[in-house]
Amino acid sequence: MAVIVQTEVFDPGAALSAFSLGLPDAGGVVSFTGIARKDGGKTEMLELEAYLGFTEPWIEALVEEARSRFNLCGATVIHRVGPILPGEAIVFVATAAAHRRQAFEGADFLMDHLKSRAPFWKKEHGPDGARWIEPRQADYQDLTRWTADQPPR
Amino acid sequence: MARVLLFGVLRDLAGWREQIFEDVSDLDDLHSDIARLYPDLAEAISGPGVQVAVDKEIVRGNSILSPGAEVAFLPPMSGG
Repeated sequence: MAVIVQTEVFDPGAALSAFSLGLPDAGGVVSFTGIARKDGGKTEMLELEAYLGFTEPWIEALVEEARSRFNLCGATVIHRVGPILPGEAIVFVATAAAHRRQAFEGADFLMDHLKSRAPFWKKEHGPDGARWIEPRQADYQDLTRWTADQPPR
Repeated sequence: MARVLLFGVLRDLAGWREQIFEDVSDLDDLHSDIARLYPDLAEAISGPGVQVAVDKEIVRGNSILSPGAEVAFLPPMSGG
């Protein structure tokens, strides 16, 4: 179970290859890569801020929750911070489980929580200046999918 | 002495990211100092959704600050 928060650009394909090695108990691997959108030219750059030493343990606790809830035999999260250009990967999540449903759900659960609750602050730089972004209502709505049998984080 | 860290919109509002506050023994002390020096920031950190972490643990209400404590004001998180 690895969590990495980094400023460096990364290659999601290489991350998936590395993750997929050495998972003898896995019957399936699921990955998701979130990419910075240009949004029709409105976004020239995203700036992501984390509280190092606080953000990583938060994500580690989330990964641990996903591991036990979906019986994952492996999970990894890579998250960028700092300036991010359109087309670059922002976040990479991969999960491995004995059966595909658990791997799909584990990745879905991780992304829904990362997108809405994770300790990041996001600023969008565009032709009209910069503005801080808050989660969309849809992001909070997505969270309720996981709260049927336990409270949201 | 406490090391204060600001994130997101709070950092832009105050115009600084990190600052040392001398002679503060708890969060109430710190709030008083911030209110005196940076009234706009004091109002913002009292606003809805702003959380306070002392030494990287979220706290609610007043909290004793050990010497050299790190106090972070966290505006509503945007997610990744």
